[in-house]
Amino acid sequence: MRAGSLRFVVTALAVPILLYGVLVISPYAQSFYISLTDWNGLSPERTFVGLDNYVRLVQDDVFWISVWHNVIAVLVIPAVTLALGLFFATMIHVGRYRARGGGRGVRGAAVYRIVYFFPHLLSIAVVGVLFSTVYDPTDSGLLNGALGLVGIEPVNWLGDRGTAYPAMLAVIIWLSVGFYVILFTSAMSSIPVDIFEAARLDGASRWQTFWRMTLPLIWDTVQVAGIYLGIHALDMFAIVNVMSAAGGSGGPDNATQVLGNYLYLTAFQNSEFGYATAIGVALLLLTLAFAAAALRLTRRERVEF
Amino acid sequence: MSLDTTRAPGPAAPPAARPAPPGPGDGRSATGSVLNVFTHGFLLTWAALVVIPLAWCVMSAFKTNDELLSSPWSLPGALRWSNFADAWTNAEIGRYFVNTVVVVTLGTALTLAMGATVSYVVARYAFRGNRLVYFLFVIGMTFPTFLAIVPLFFIAQSLRLADSLPGLAVVYAAYNLPFAVFFLTAYFRTLPTSLSEAAFIDGCGHWGTYLRIMLPLARPGLVSVGIFVVLGQWNQYLLPLILQSSPENYVLAQGLANLAVSQGYAGNWSALFAGLTISIVPVLVVYLSFQRQIQGGMVTGALK
Repeated sequence: MRAGSLRFVVTALAVPILLYGVLVISPYAQSFYISLTDWNGLSPERTFVGLDNYVRLVQDDVFWISVWHNVIAVLVIPAVTLALGLFFATMIHVGRYRARGGGRGVRGAAVYRIVYFFPHLLSIAVVGVLFSTVYDPTDSGLLNGALGLVGIEPVNWLGDRGTAYPAMLAVIIWLSVGFYVILFTSAMSSIPVDIFEAARLDGASRWQTFWRMTLPLIWDTVQVAGIYLGIHALDMFAIVNVMSAAGGSGGPDNATQVLGNYLYLTAFQNSEFGYATAIGVALLLLTLAFAAAALRLTRRERVEF
Repeated sequence: MSLDTTRAPGPAAPPAARPAPPGPGDGRSATGSVLNVFTHGFLLTWAALVVIPLAWCVMSAFKTNDELLSSPWSLPGALRWSNFADAWTNAEIGRYFVNTVVVVTLGTALTLAMGATVSYVVARYAFRGNRLVYFLFVIGMTFPTFLAIVPLFFIAQSLRLADSLPGLAVVYAAYNLPFAVFFLTAYFRTLPTSLSEAAFIDGCGHWGTYLRIMLPLARPGLVSVGIFVVLGQWNQYLLPLILQSSPENYVLAQGLANLAVSQGYAGNWSALFAGLTISIVPVLVVYLSFQRQIQGGMVTGALK
């Protein structure tokens, strides 16, 4: 080691480690202990109550409704987003090996890329506010206005227990799909064109080409995309907090409640900080369970090309 | 090359010119053009689904309340720019906008400065605890932020970081460090060692070598990470919601959500649409100007 190396290492790391330790590591570490107390945030003392919060959690109906909604999001959002993403990416990509091997995809591919990608850049909360107006229960909203043109009565999208949560899932899918279209088109265009040529000469149908060649060749990317989407789908907080009835209640009647929002309400509206942190630990377990399950399920032979 | 063109005729080439094998390949150009119509049909449908809500929002921003309530389709009677002035000043969207720009600028600068320093040291210096430092930062990526918010709320208050714009930027930076360290460490490892060796021989100190030689070399990596960090912080909703308690410190996402609730009662919809437009259009302008860099940076980041 060079002279003064150690002093450099220490001075360079001091501030970032201090800040990170105090603001990130310490809250994570503390939260496990807080979840074992009945802390209400007002009094400085925290009474240790053992696993009481977790016992209460297991018996809490709203908690299980929230878990269920999170699980639905984790299953539906990645599945639909990946399916639509792969579908549109294939549509954009198809033209590439049809157009004399050198094209950049269907006509207008560049425009599609620009348009599709844009929602991904918008703040989820802003998109939530936008879609609250799109879903407006009267026919002055965009969706009900459009349905009115074909004679369908206005639907109270966000006020009805049956439609509120699917409507919110649709918003997340709306803003996610474009990024994955771009990602998959990039992955597809890194596959050598000769392979598609060969398949075509052998008389493979488009369907076969997609399932037997394209998909296996970009499987790594799809897998990473699925895990990334799933972990983000576990959040749902911003969209539920912005779009659900009465300023983020998770309503109507917990029909859109998710763990993140339930934790937020428990902590910052009911001041039950101990219990809220126990919900946080449950969310961590759900995240880890999802990551483990996804890694097991998606393991598949890697194809080199 | 000529072989290629005969083997793979474009969609416009006559079917006779194609020496395709018989069987499933037959009649492909007929199905091909039908498929082409379908292809564009599907692609255009999604493009419309993306554009229409956004365009509708911008159009609605010019309408009066009465026009908004009467029909979602009618065009505004006039281009009422005053709606934007109303949203910017009366609904305080202007303040939220400036707050967001301040916090994201400061937060990104802090994230990159600290992230690059930690990454450089971890990637280039062998010291006891090197792996531990790296592990400590990277493990932060696996925990959901929700787990931290209750203790963070109290820590930030006691350190006076709560309800302040620089304070929020510091919290953003701390929570973005795992991502920055993870990517930049990998980046610094790819840079050649010979340059820093030469700098040392020429008498450059540790800081001099880092700041004048290595940091400029890491620019492409910093730009990629920077794009992600800016977007992430611009998007942030949870942290400002728990930390910024007074309305004058709200960021855009939070202020707009708040406006949506209050305008819902007050019935001033045109200000809400104008506020939405103010939060969407600048992103669109930046995106269209740096479209290639943004898409390229984000996609290669995800593919690697």
